[in-house]
Amino acid sequence: MTGLETEFTPLQSLAGGVLIGLSAVLLMLAQGRIMGATGILSGLIAGTAPGDKGWRAAMVAGMIAGPLVVLAVTGQMPAVDVPVSWPMIVVGGFVVGIGVTFGSGCTSGHGVCGMARLSPRSIAATVTFMIACAVTVYVIRHIVGG
Amino acid sequence: MRLLSGFIVGLIFGVGIAVSGMINPAKVLNFFDIAGTWDPSLAFVMGGALITTFIGYRLVLRRDAPVIEATFKLPTARDIDARLIGGSAVFGVGWGIAGFCPGAAVPALGSGKWEVALFVVALLAGLWVARMIIDRQAGKGALA
Repeated sequence: MTGLETEFTPLQSLAGGVLIGLSAVLLMLAQGRIMGATGILSGLIAGTAPGDKGWRAAMVAGMIAGPLVVLAVTGQMPAVDVPVSWPMIVVGGFVVGIGVTFGSGCTSGHGVCGMARLSPRSIAATVTFMIACAVTVYVIRHIVGG
Repeated sequence: MRLLSGFIVGLIFGVGIAVSGMINPAKVLNFFDIAGTWDPSLAFVMGGALITTFIGYRLVLRRDAPVIEATFKLPTARDIDARLIGGSAVFGVGWGIAGFCPGAAVPALGSGKWEVALFVVALLAGLWVARMIIDRQAGKGALA
């Protein structure tokens, strides 16, 4: 299986990255919390205090509204191309859910916030999931699908 | 104030994910496919996010407290243990299979694509099952 070609977008990607960082800084300024998608979602489905769920739901609503704002401003919905079959989507989603819970975080919590704090745990976690992801993509695209 | 700050933070994050291209699994998978259809864009996303957060955290954490809450709630765990590394490795495998990480999948729901909804349902199922396992282990530990 080969992937779809995608265009190299250094400036857009850098600008988007700055916005992601800005959101993390604002959450720390407002609530004193790490901006981690795993933590936000876990808190919504796990037994946290009722008063703790409202802002998490509001944040998820804001996240979903993000691409709609881009659509409103640019007139174009950002591309979301899923180049894998639906069983792979299901397996991938479930495996990600298991992994980020045991690993206590994902790309946002460990990869951005934890790395920015120079946390040894987050650096170790990020190196691990980046390598595991690259190996998985290589195996699927070039060994199994090759 | 918590609701409003939560929504605004989520919105900026969601716009960032959308503009950066992280929202697109084809692009994310291509970052990892150095031997194939390589697209290095994701390195610029990580770079922009890390530099901004690195500088921003240093400014914010000079304060005695955040604006809304009484204290900063920073992670205190320090051990690099099997659970951290094993969980992260499993996450990486799942990321490589489907091309979505949690923080990219949630904003991608805004695109209205059924594939994204399917991924998020499976993700929530995985989060819930793992939480059950961890809680059960903790319960047993407390009883023993």
